[in-house]
Amino acid sequence: MAIVLRKVLSYEKGLEPPEIVERIKEKFPEEVIEVTESKDRISVTVKSGRIIDICRYLHDDPFLLFDHLQDLTAVDYLKKKEPRFEVIYNLYSIRYRNKIRLKAQVPEENPRIRSAVPLWAGANWHERECFDMFGIVFKGHPDLRRILLPEDWEGHPLRKDYPLKGPEPENDWPGYIEVLNKAKELKEFEWEG
Amino acid sequence: MLIDTSTIGLIQVEEDTKILPPNVIITTFDKIVNWSRLSSIWPTTFGLACCAIEMMAVGAAHYDFDRFGIIFRGSPRQSDCLIVAGTVTKKMAPVVRRVYDQIPEPRYVVAMGSCACTGGIFRTYNTVQGCGSFLPVDVYVPGCPPRPETLLEGMMLLQEKIRKEQARWSPWR
Repeated sequence: MAIVLRKVLSYEKGLEPPEIVERIKEKFPEEVIEVTESKDRISVTVKSGRIIDICRYLHDDPFLLFDHLQDLTAVDYLKKKEPRFEVIYNLYSIRYRNKIRLKAQVPEENPRIRSAVPLWAGANWHERECFDMFGIVFKGHPDLRRILLPEDWEGHPLRKDYPLKGPEPENDWPGYIEVLNKAKELKEFEWEG
Repeated sequence: MLIDTSTIGLIQVEEDTKILPPNVIITTFDKIVNWSRLSSIWPTTFGLACCAIEMMAVGAAHYDFDRFGIIFRGSPRQSDCLIVAGTVTKKMAPVVRRVYDQIPEPRYVVAMGSCACTGGIFRTYNTVQGCGSFLPVDVYVPGCPPRPETLLEGMMLLQEKIRKEQARWSPWR
């Protein structure tokens, strides 16, 4: 029992986060654009072209083993940064208890990036949400449909140039217009005391 | 055969209600129907957001909806009332309307909480600005979420509304 406990409590010391960044730079010198440090972890900004190779390296390397995708999301930097979008991967190594953040730059005119589902199955719904909200297309995703909004919704609402109050009433989502019309139609059958 | 009611000792207990001791009550059909309806409002078990949690609290032992005869039913076909408890999104609006359409007459709608009343803080692309846009709402209950007492008050207002109805049972309505 004591031995088992010791094994649970002690964990293997992995690389320090700066070392991990060094390794990424060494392995993919062309890809890394910027390294920034935020409150909880180091962020590595990379190009989106070989993102899946970088992810696979982080996932498979025996000294890194980032086997847990904590979150996958996107940010729209309209008029603040070029390129416009960044897809963000928050990674965690359960074995070494290391954290790192990857930011992959995605241009506005061709918002496409390789899907991370082959590496982390949990990326499936996150990528669908990104597609739904930002219109970023994940190549190789097994089932890239809208996840939250209705399938025939127009536009991607978390883009900064999407109107906050939504479309004008006459160009609203057809399903909602249908409900309003139906309510108008059935109004004559309602009880008026 | 006509009975002369002045000679048999009818006692008027309230407006439109007379009793003939020991056990004959004469009253209007409206009164009987409305009384039975308001004493057994059965809402649909249907929650949309955080207001539903508050609605459940009112249904539970401490605030006890059952003492008003308000019992949640699992099917709209067995219900009289729809409590719209929470934010109505545009994607959900057809579903809410469908649940309402399945409730047999007479049916009532209570909009519970700021979101169901007006859209609340969510003046956004996906939120319906008040479920009154596609439902005939009888009682608006404000609050975010409303206190259980507020919902109780809302249901009691609905009861008062039902009490005042005239000839809703009639086929000529």
